[in-house]
Amino acid sequence: MSAPDGLASYGDEQQERVGFFTDTSVCIGCKACEVACKDWNAIPEDGTTWTGESYDNTSALGANTWRHVAFVEQAEPLRSRLEAPPDEAPAPGREDRGAPSATRPNGDSGTPLRWLMESDVCKHCTHAACLDVCPTGALFRTEFGTVVVQQDVCNGCGYCVPACPFGVLDRRHLAPAPDLPAFAKEDGRVWKCTLCYDRLKGGHEPACAKACPTQSIQFGPLDELREQADARLAKLETEGWEGAQLYGRDPDDGVGGFGAFFLLLDEPEVYGLPPDPVVTTRDLPRMWTNMAVAAGALLVGVAAAFSGRRS
Amino acid sequence: MPGLGTSFGRGGATTFQQDLQNADCIVIMGSNMAENHPVGFQWVMEARERGAKVIHVDPRFTRTSAMATKHVGIRAGSDIAFLGGIVHHILEHDLYFREYVQHYTNAPVIIDERFVDTEDADGLFSGWDPEAGRYDIESWRYEGMEVHGAAGQRGEGFEPRGEQSGHGAAGGGLRHGEPPAEDPELEHPRCVFQILKRHYRRYTPELVADTCGCSVEDFLEVCETLAANSGRERTSAFCYAVGWTQHTTGVQTIRTAAIVQQLLGNIGRPGGGIMALRGHASIQGSTDIPTLYNILPGYLPMPHTLSYPRLESYIAANTAPTGWWGKFESYWVSLMKAYFGEHATAENDWLFDELPRIDSDNSAYFTVRQMLEGNVRGYIIAGENPAVGHANGKAHRLGLAKLEWLVVRDLVEIETAAFWYDGPEVESGELKTEEIATEVFFLPAAAHTEKDGSFTNTQRLLQWHSQAVEPKEDCRSELWFYFHLGRLIKQKLAGSEEERDTLIKALRWEYPTRSAIEEPDAEAVLQEISGREISTGRFLSGYPELEDDGSTSCGCWIYSGCFADGINQTARRKPHWEQASYVAPEWAWAWPANRRLIYNRASADPDGNPWSERKRYVWWDADEGKWTGHDVPDFKEDKAPDYVPPEGAKAEDAIAGDHPFVMQADGRAWLYVAQGLEDGPLPTHYEPQESPFANPLYRQRANPRRQQNEGLAEDPYNPVADEPGAEVYPYVVTTYRLTEHHTAGGMTRSVPYLAELQPEMFCEVHPDLAREAGLEHGGWATIYTSRSAIEARVLVTERIRPLQMKDGRTVHQVGLPYHWGGRGLVTGDSANDLAHMALDPNVHIQEVKAFTCGIRPGRRPRGAELPRFVAELREQAGEAK
Repeated sequence: MSAPDGLASYGDEQQERVGFFTDTSVCIGCKACEVACKDWNAIPEDGTTWTGESYDNTSALGANTWRHVAFVEQAEPLRSRLEAPPDEAPAPGREDRGAPSATRPNGDSGTPLRWLMESDVCKHCTHAACLDVCPTGALFRTEFGTVVVQQDVCNGCGYCVPACPFGVLDRRHLAPAPDLPAFAKEDGRVWKCTLCYDRLKGGHEPACAKACPTQSIQFGPLDELREQADARLAKLETEGWEGAQLYGRDPDDGVGGFGAFFLLLDEPEVYGLPPDPVVTTRDLPRMWTNMAVAAGALLVGVAAAFSGRRS
Repeated sequence: MPGLGTSFGRGGATTFQQDLQNADCIVIMGSNMAENHPVGFQWVMEARERGAKVIHVDPRFTRTSAMATKHVGIRAGSDIAFLGGIVHHILEHDLYFREYVQHYTNAPVIIDERFVDTEDADGLFSGWDPEAGRYDIESWRYEGMEVHGAAGQRGEGFEPRGEQSGHGAAGGGLRHGEPPAEDPELEHPRCVFQILKRHYRRYTPELVADTCGCSVEDFLEVCETLAANSGRERTSAFCYAVGWTQHTTGVQTIRTAAIVQQLLGNIGRPGGGIMALRGHASIQGSTDIPTLYNILPGYLPMPHTLSYPRLESYIAANTAPTGWWGKFESYWVSLMKAYFGEHATAENDWLFDELPRIDSDNSAYFTVRQMLEGNVRGYIIAGENPAVGHANGKAHRLGLAKLEWLVVRDLVEIETAAFWYDGPEVESGELKTEEIATEVFFLPAAAHTEKDGSFTNTQRLLQWHSQAVEPKEDCRSELWFYFHLGRLIKQKLAGSEEERDTLIKALRWEYPTRSAIEEPDAEAVLQEISGREISTGRFLSGYPELEDDGSTSCGCWIYSGCFADGINQTARRKPHWEQASYVAPEWAWAWPANRRLIYNRASADPDGNPWSERKRYVWWDADEGKWTGHDVPDFKEDKAPDYVPPEGAKAEDAIAGDHPFVMQADGRAWLYVAQGLEDGPLPTHYEPQESPFANPLYRQRANPRRQQNEGLAEDPYNPVADEPGAEVYPYVVTTYRLTEHHTAGGMTRSVPYLAELQPEMFCEVHPDLAREAGLEHGGWATIYTSRSAIEARVLVTERIRPLQMKDGRTVHQVGLPYHWGGRGLVTGDSANDLAHMALDPNVHIQEVKAFTCGIRPGRRPRGAELPRFVAELREQAGEAK
């Protein structure tokens, strides 16, 4: 497993890498995570626009929303594999009605229906492009292996915003209003999930995990979470939840695995997540090499042109 | 909750949410538990993870349905037909738990031969008085019983009503523990079991499908899953909330579930029960220590002007000869001692004659009618926002405008406090601020973080919370307000010679106060509620210690012991993982006597052995000679399973050793309720006040005993079924809550973090209805009834399905959350403005879960155009009529 960039530099102060395992198969869409996050981190309100996107009025992660619960309504059965009808003699009351058809686990009248809910968050990538591009060092890797913005260093340049493959990083813009508290004033800086760095330092779990009533959001050492997730996926597969998959669990994926990974019940695109995220700075070394070669060629050409004139 | 009270003896949930994890099947119906009880729902998820079936039966596919293993959509208001169908299926195919039914329910009891069932009288039970619009219940009782108890007081004008009658104290007129006539083999044609069979014989799967709009297949699957997961080895639980209650047949719906659970043997056992999910943090508490007009703490009836002229008749009428209600007098006398201390004596009948009497229906909706008719001068509203949260908000606002004075105590200036200058009627011109004479006092309230106190939650659990910060500025706790109000009144009347002031002068009103604002000590109040031995000041351990001679005081007998040993038992916070079992008796304190799962004697067989190892909970330890187990036994600790009461035994001693329902006079759960309900001993399917259908069973379409406001111009009803004009309001509408907001929104629309999550009023409609009515997703719709019209954004969703009814008819349903009003950070029209005020006869609750409406695209008319629009449609419907 590749270690998160920069974590080794902590030496003795390095802590066990922690993260989130968000299990969407038990998410009830209560949004307690969104509210607990905002409450603990004193994040401003993010606009009161009704979206019509099912029960999701938050729409996306941003500077003022660090947990976002997506709601997806689908014409799919909850568990794809239908439960087989029982083999034994017809149940009482069935005699003159024939054997029951295959159980339709969810949705009546034959049409299946399911409602997926997923609490999204910053992925705290093993290879985080936002860290690579930050010119001020405001973004840094903590001793817990998480990625955090230092608000007193961030100058709002916004380089990290397009660098994130998930659209997590975002600059805070607020309409100027004199009566807003200081924390809510227009600032243009980048804000995102800190995995509750302050709570971690105090030995507490992050606010969202603390508030989650169904343990959909689990917090802990990443190695343990990965083991739990593997066991969970295996259980769901035996229960007939086809399409269940882990997202961001694999340390060999394009970002070296997420520090906050997921169990999804459908393809990532369904939830608005990129199917195969790649650290956007991956190609930078090659690009620099190519650019150097091109610049060198140009230089040679220019030199040749000048020398030609002289001759 | 008389639905549970009359069936089992106590009007509270029979189980606790943590125990749901032990269920093999959970039926959630009349509840959207995942959305409205998300924290408790973790135990449903836990059960699902352990392999339990989770069935959600609901008109809508909600967040709960999304988590269920099975969702069945039904027409709003058809619950009794669905549940009655389950009863039919169980009885028809002998799927009931015979030993449990024979021993623990009143199935063997033979009923009076004059009893006539709805099946034989076209939808009415015997005793119906069409003139009075009510039942004479004499013919409903057990055979061979003298008329006794509350029923015997009718000569003095007493009628047991609603919550007041809910404890079933009089036990169908039982004088001794055992009913005089029964057939243990359940074969006598007039025994309850056979009556039940006949009553539900027409509730076939086909009738259920035709009435509810579900498929026969889905219905049968529910029946089979329930039956397969009940019995010795397995148990099933029901969870419900106001989706069952808020109907003109609400109490009877809960009763039907009580019948199902009795037949399947699921009460008093782990993983079983009926979980009544309460909608607010302390709603259970506000019926235990009531905010209701007709009961006193601990469900003791409030004296009535026409009844109980003397203390003896009051005591006699309410004392059951058998069961724990046999000690009524000690509960009563101890309450009077808590109220009046040394002023209440045996010589002055504990001040019974001085007590205020109720003289009429004083429930909320009746009072609104009285306001509209100019009969109410002043009104105090605390923790309630009727202008948004009650059915027919417009009638409420018009009523408030006729008061002389109004006091509103709340966290923010809610719609109810602002109706006189900022409300729909001011906008429409129906009310003019300068013409409203009501003087409005708004008093800011302290939040729960700003005061000490206890919450009594959905599972009868009292949990203490401590103040974190001082309330700001003029904000004050309810305790502060009522204490100082009482203190000032007492001060003003101290020198009064008027007889009417005797009681106020006698009232004990001494509580220590602290801090600069003189906040009363909430623990002192809890101590008074828990009770003491007066001579020594010793704290009581529980209600068995209460005496009828004035030597004990107790503010609420069912809460007795919550301060046992001088320790605030409700403040205990030992987590379950540090305790011996998941029952966690050292976390806070539950009434009664810290029992978590009540009637738990039923978790053992008649001989006292667990029904199965798997479902072991409380059992008889023959060596020790006592009941033991994971919970406090809900049975006299040393009463052996083979105990037979001696002749003449009284109160609890008259309950046999194999009868677990110790609050009932016969110690059994009641499939059939001989006394205690207004609208029948057995639940029957009636259509809602408003629905597009006739009753498939009877000519009697709706509950004959429902309360209507006939002749009240502010509360007209839509034409229904095949009445002319019904086509103006062709759709079924149901109202509900969302996770993101709390009821009428006073606590959440003012909080940015919640307001932004559901920022606008919307309606939920199916794509087919959207096409039919021309609605666009994201656009606006106007929804109207004969009361009013509102506008909402349109959320087109497959989650609200049209239902295929009998004869190929399709019924569409419209879903409306009811959180919005004109004030706060996010505003919108109130769904409740559409609803009517026809009520359930037992608890006077409104029918907002199923009524009819029309819907059309676009925003509603503004100003004076709005009432004109509503009136025109009403006339259109009326002309058709």
